[in-house]
Amino acid sequence: MTVKTKNIMIVGVGGQGTLLASKLLGKILLMKGYDIKVSEVHGMSQRGGSVVTYVRYGEKVYSPIIDKGEADIILSFELLEAARWIEYLKTDGIIITNTQQTNPMPVITGAAEYPENLTDKIAAAGARAICFDALSLAEEAGSSKAVNLVLLGKLSNSFDFTEEEWMKAIEVSVPEKFLEINKKAFLLGKNA
Amino acid sequence: MKKLMLGNEAFARGLYEAGCSFASSYPGTPSTEITEFAAKYPEVYAEWAPNEKVAMESAFGASLSGKRSFCGMKHVGLNVAADPLFTISYTGVNAGMIIAVADDPGMHSSQNEQDSRHYAIASKVPMLEPSDSAETLAFVKAAYELSEKYDTPVIIRMCTRVAHSQSVIETSERDEIKDRPYEKNGQKYIMMPANAKARHPFVEKRTVLLTELAENCDFNRVDEGEDSSIGIITCSTSYQYVKEVCGNKYPVLKIGMTNPLPVKMIKDFASKADKIYVIEELDGIIESHCRNIGIEVTGKELFSNIGEFSQSYIAEKLGVELPAYGKLGEEIPGRPPVMCAGCPHRGLFYTLKKNKVKVLGDIGCYTLGAVPPLSALDTTICMGASVSGLHGFNKLSEENSSSTVAVIGDSTFMHSGITGLVNIAYNESNSTVIILDNSITGMTGHQQNPTTGYNLKGDPCAKINLEELCKSIGIKRVTVVDPYNLKECDDALKAELAADEPSVIISRRPCALLKYVKHNGPISCDTDKCIGCKSCMRIGCPAISIKEGKAVIDSTLCTGCGVCSQLCPKDALGK
Ligand SMILES: Cc1ncc(C[n+]2csc(CCOP(=O)(O)OP(=O)(O)O)c2C)c(N)n1
Repeated sequence: MTVKTKNIMIVGVGGQGTLLASKLLGKILLMKGYDIKVSEVHGMSQRGGSVVTYVRYGEKVYSPIIDKGEADIILSFELLEAARWIEYLKTDGIIITNTQQTNPMPVITGAAEYPENLTDKIAAAGARAICFDALSLAEEAGSSKAVNLVLLGKLSNSFDFTEEEWMKAIEVSVPEKFLEINKKAFLLGKNA
Repeated sequence: MKKLMLGNEAFARGLYEAGCSFASSYPGTPSTEITEFAAKYPEVYAEWAPNEKVAMESAFGASLSGKRSFCGMKHVGLNVAADPLFTISYTGVNAGMIIAVADDPGMHSSQNEQDSRHYAIASKVPMLEPSDSAETLAFVKAAYELSEKYDTPVIIRMCTRVAHSQSVIETSERDEIKDRPYEKNGQKYIMMPANAKARHPFVEKRTVLLTELAENCDFNRVDEGEDSSIGIITCSTSYQYVKEVCGNKYPVLKIGMTNPLPVKMIKDFASKADKIYVIEELDGIIESHCRNIGIEVTGKELFSNIGEFSQSYIAEKLGVELPAYGKLGEEIPGRPPVMCAGCPHRGLFYTLKKNKVKVLGDIGCYTLGAVPPLSALDTTICMGASVSGLHGFNKLSEENSSSTVAVIGDSTFMHSGITGLVNIAYNESNSTVIILDNSITGMTGHQQNPTTGYNLKGDPCAKINLEELCKSIGIKRVTVVDPYNLKECDDALKAELAADEPSVIISRRPCALLKYVKHNGPISCDTDKCIGCKSCMRIGCPAISIKEGKAVIDSTLCTGCGVCSQLCPKDALGK
C-alpha cells in the first residue's frame, strides 16, 4: 500500500453553506494531484434537514462514501450535527465543530430536547475535539455567511498545504466581491 | 483536462462530446442535474418537458429527424414513460438516442425503491451502468455508437451514489456529428399490427447480437485477483464498495452492460473460482441470470434487496473486521427536512388542519405538510394521484365530498394532474382540488415549468393560465387565494367544500426562496405582550421557538410572511 486514502466528513444543517467548503477542498486536492471522490445527497434534505458531504482522497479512491469509524476528520457546522455523526470518526480522528446551535423541528415543537453539555460529551466520546465559535469569527470577518471559510481555515491546519495554495483555491471558488471577507474569515479560523 | 465532476455533470459532458443536440427531460432527484448541465452547452438544445412521457417522445422525434437526442428522468419517471419505451424498442431510432434513468437505492428522495433494470429486460432495450463519473462520460459516448449501430434506444442507469458523487474525469472535444437524413419508412415507424409483427423478430435478433457484444466489450471486464476461493460479480456503485473492501484479493467480474447480460463470460469467470458471490443493490437481476444459465451463486440470501450498500455492509458480509468507533451514549434528536420559513404552502396547510379536512396529497415540497405539527396529509402515492384519487374517494360518498380535498403543486398538476381534473369534470364528482401554485418546481431545486412563464434557459415563454385551463376543462368554480392570508384561505375552503359542484382553489404565491421574491423583513416578538400561549407554534415555522415562556423569532430565517402574526391573540408578533 502506498498513500492511504484519507476521509473527511463535512456535516451541518441544509442551507449552512457546507457545499462551498467541500467544493473548495475538492479544488485544492485536485491541484495537488490526488484521486478524489466527493459525495453528497441532494434533494429533500436541503430543506433545513441534516446534511453530510463525504470527501475522500488518496492514490486511488473507490467508494464515494464514509462509514462508521472511518473518518480521519469531521468538520461540523453545528453542535448537534457533530454529536450525530461522531460514530463515523476513527478512534484517533479529529472532530472540529462550530459551537453554534440550531434547534431542529422536534426541539422547536417540544417533542425532544437539545442535549446539554455537548462539547464535553463529544470530547468524552474519545475523539480529539476542537470546539469553537465560528459564527462570531465570521461576523468579525464581515458576514455571518462566512462561517464555512472560518471552519475551513481551522481545517487547513490538519493539512500540509501552503497558505498560498489555499488562497488560490479560494480565489477560484468564491465570487470576486466576497473574496476579501472570505479570505479574512479563513485566516481568522486558521489562527483561532 | 482533468476535472472533478459530479456523475450527472459527466453525463452531460458525455452528451456534449458525443454530439448530442437535443435534450428533453422532466426533473427528478437524482437525475435533474444531467439536463441542467447539458443546457449550459450552447450546442445542446435542452428543455423541461411537462412529464417524462412527453420528454421521451420528444427525444424520439428528434432522433427521427436525424439529431442525436437524450431524455432523462428518475426511476419512477420511467413508469410514466414506459408506454413509448416499449414501442420505441421496436421501431429503433434514426440518430442515436439515450435515456437516462436514475435509481435511488436507500430512497434518499423517492417514494419507492424500484429497480429500473426490470424495464430494460422487459422492453428489450440495452442498458449500461457506470460506476463513477469517468465511466459515465465514457459510457454515454459509447452508447450513441451502440444506439446507431444496433438501431435501438439505449438506457443508461444511474444511481444516487454515481449521480451525486464527484470524481475525476478527463474532458475532450465535441465530435461534430452530421444529421442523419429522415426517410419515410412505414414498416419501421408505423407500429400497427402488421408492421409490429415484422419488427418483433428484429428486436429478438438484436438482443442475440447484443448478447454476443456483451461477451466481448469494454463495458464488462474482469479484475484479476490473488485468491480464487471467491469470485465476485458486481455492478454500479457496489463495484466500488467491493474494491474498497477487497482491493485485488478476489477476482471481480464488473458488469457495465446489465442488459443483455453475457453468458459465456460469466460461465468462464465462474469456472475459475470456488464460490461465486453476486453483489448488486436492489433486486437479484444478475443473480437470476446466473441461475438461469446454470451457475450456482450466493446473492440475495446474503446481500439484501432492501436499501443501499456501503463498504462496511459488504465487509461485514464477507467476514472482514469493521473499524472501532466511539459512542456518545445519548439519543440525538432527528433533524428532518422542514418547510422553509416563509414557505407559501404553510398558511394553506394550517387552514386544512384547522378545518380538519381529509387531504389526498401529492409529491413536492408540500408533502412536508405531512409532518408535525401540521400533520395535514392523508396520502402520497405518485405524481397526479391526488386529483384522480379524490374523484374515486368522493364519487360515491357525499360525506367525503364535503370534507376532503386534493392538494397538488403547479409542476405536478402540469405533469399529470390535468387528466385527473378532466375526469372530475367529465364524470362529475363533487370534488375540491387545491393547486399550490408557487410558480416553480420547488422540491427538485427550482426548475421552470409551463406555469412559470420561463423556459429551462430562463428565457420568457408562453405561460399557462391555470384559471382559464380549469374553466375550459369544465370547472365553473375557480377561486384564487393568497396563502399568506389565513382568512381568505379559510373562507375559500369552507365555500368550496359546501358548494354542490366541482371546484378548484388556486393558492398562489411564489416560493420564498426564489431570487426575485421581495421579503418584508423579519418581524419580532413584543415580549411585554406575549403570554406564551404557543398559538404561533402551530404552524411549524423553523424561525419561531419558545425561550423562557416567550416566543422568539430567529431574524436570520424570518421573511416576515406574517402568517404567525395572524394567529397571535395578543398582537405580539409584528414589525
Ligand atoms: C414521475 C415522477 N417524476 C418526477 C418526480 C420528482 N419530483 C417530485 S416532486 C416534483 C415536482 C414538485 O413540484 P411542484 O408540484 O411544483 O411542487 P413544489 O415542490 O414546488 O411545492 C418532482 C419533479 C417524481 N416523484 N415522480
